[in-house]
Amino acid sequence: MSRLEINDLSVWFGQDRDRVDAVKHASFAVPSGASFGLVGESGSGKSTILRALVGLVPTWSGEMKIDGQQLTKKRPRGFFKDVQMVFQDPYASLHPRHTVDQVLGETLNLHGFSDINDRIEQLLQDVGLGPAFRFRYPHQLSGGQRQRVAIARALAPEPSVLLLDEPTSALDVSVQAEVLNLLADLRETRALTYLMVSHNLAVVAHMCNEIAVMQAGEIVEVMGVEDMRAMTPQHPYTRHLLESSQGYRPSEEQSE
Amino acid sequence: MTQQSSTQTWRQWLTTDTPRSRRQARLASAYHGWLTLRSNTLAMVGLAILLALLLIAAFAPFLAPHDPLSQDLGARLLPLWTDGHPLGTDSLGRDILSRLIYGSRITLYIVTLVALIAPIAGLLVGTIAGYTGGIVDAVLMRITDIFLAFPRLVLALAFVAALGAGIENAVLAISLTAWPPYARIARAETLTIRRSDFISAVQLQGAGPLRIITRHIWPLCISSLIVRVTLDMAGVILAAAGLGFLGLGAQPPSPEWGAMISEGRKFILDFWWVAAMPGLAIFTVSLAFNLLGDGLRDVLDPKSGSS
Repeated sequence: MSRLEINDLSVWFGQDRDRVDAVKHASFAVPSGASFGLVGESGSGKSTILRALVGLVPTWSGEMKIDGQQLTKKRPRGFFKDVQMVFQDPYASLHPRHTVDQVLGETLNLHGFSDINDRIEQLLQDVGLGPAFRFRYPHQLSGGQRQRVAIARALAPEPSVLLLDEPTSALDVSVQAEVLNLLADLRETRALTYLMVSHNLAVVAHMCNEIAVMQAGEIVEVMGVEDMRAMTPQHPYTRHLLESSQGYRPSEEQSE
Repeated sequence: MTQQSSTQTWRQWLTTDTPRSRRQARLASAYHGWLTLRSNTLAMVGLAILLALLLIAAFAPFLAPHDPLSQDLGARLLPLWTDGHPLGTDSLGRDILSRLIYGSRITLYIVTLVALIAPIAGLLVGTIAGYTGGIVDAVLMRITDIFLAFPRLVLALAFVAALGAGIENAVLAISLTAWPPYARIARAETLTIRRSDFISAVQLQGAGPLRIITRHIWPLCISSLIVRVTLDMAGVILAAAGLGFLGLGAQPPSPEWGAMISEGRKFILDFWWVAAMPGLAIFTVSLAFNLLGDGLRDVLDPKSGSS
């Protein structure tokens, strides 16, 4: 059974004449333990699907299922113990006046854990930050360290599904690989299911088993990562995306 | 906590990038703010004046050479630098210096009460309106607009006239007219904060609106409110003095500065110091609050830097 299933999901913003359809009739399923990638250019509705999943966007229609259980407009209490999200920009996703200790402590407290001290230390260790980072404010951390804290926060309730909203796009190139490797390791040790959004095809190829390509709010193609590596897409937009990801080529290969 | 003996290690302990406890993290960030404030000379002047005011108010009975209320009609309207009355005496022969010293208590009392009531009321209204949005926001903000549309002193006058003259009513009246700007600021800050990722992140931990407003939004609003309070304090002192001047604030014989100016008005041409000395006191304290407020803005403004 699929861990995560989306059927005919549409998400929109605004009403009547101002209505913008961000996602149109999207359907896909993520098996348990898999890593699923959503790719597409900016504004194609990738992040919106994640935000609708966790309940940050209330205007949607269609079907979203976690473990076969239908999600309603209001998320049940246990939902966030199971599904967590890592945001795109670690400079915006940490409260500027809260120390790492406060961020993780509050999260653990909200999920009803009692051995908070031990758990904070364990979480920091799991994401590769030492105990020296525990009482720092976000402004005393680098971008990569902040994202590690954000990952630790998402891991705090011990979820089984992690939604990753371009977790490395705001980071320095040298740090991106570190964070991606950390995420890959965590998935292995904790048997997590990932739903990852990215516009970077290399990142998705590295991290995911299966990808869905989005264009203007619609999923145009779902394919395995082998097909992607072999450059054998069905849809012309996917081909265009794959070709453009190869970067600049000398002129004889170009049609003009 | 580890033992530190010399001041040098205390400083290291406070400025470290790797605090080892919650207390150290908090103290280090406070110390960082203090260093920024200390580098602003004018703000330190303001802070010094306000600390002096606090001390004067606390030790008024020891500092005042005379009883502020005792009259001596034989020694009325003495000029500056008279023996025993360095700032002269007023129309009833009361020592002006002593009255100013005791008056600092009243000024502090008014300032403290207004500084507690108005920003807290504004913070509550503003953050609730900003976070909830919709109809609640519209209703609360229209109420705010109504209060904002009234001329401040006139509304205060109406309140004092309805409730009777006196310091407490003056404070209430001033607070009632002072909270709308705070509500506006708090709402504006809340609107910029509530859609940010770190608020979404706590929502994803299952936090309710109460926790989000009090734990996550308030700490970010409070700094700009503190700055606004210190900058407003000058206006509050002047409004209190104005009410006193009009005879609607502190009642004679209480040595409130505004009331003292009002009394000195009758003699202002021949005996200028009777009105000028309390005026100078009001001016000094207002200026001090403004200077400190300017300095605090540099320290506390979350948009300006990292602290």
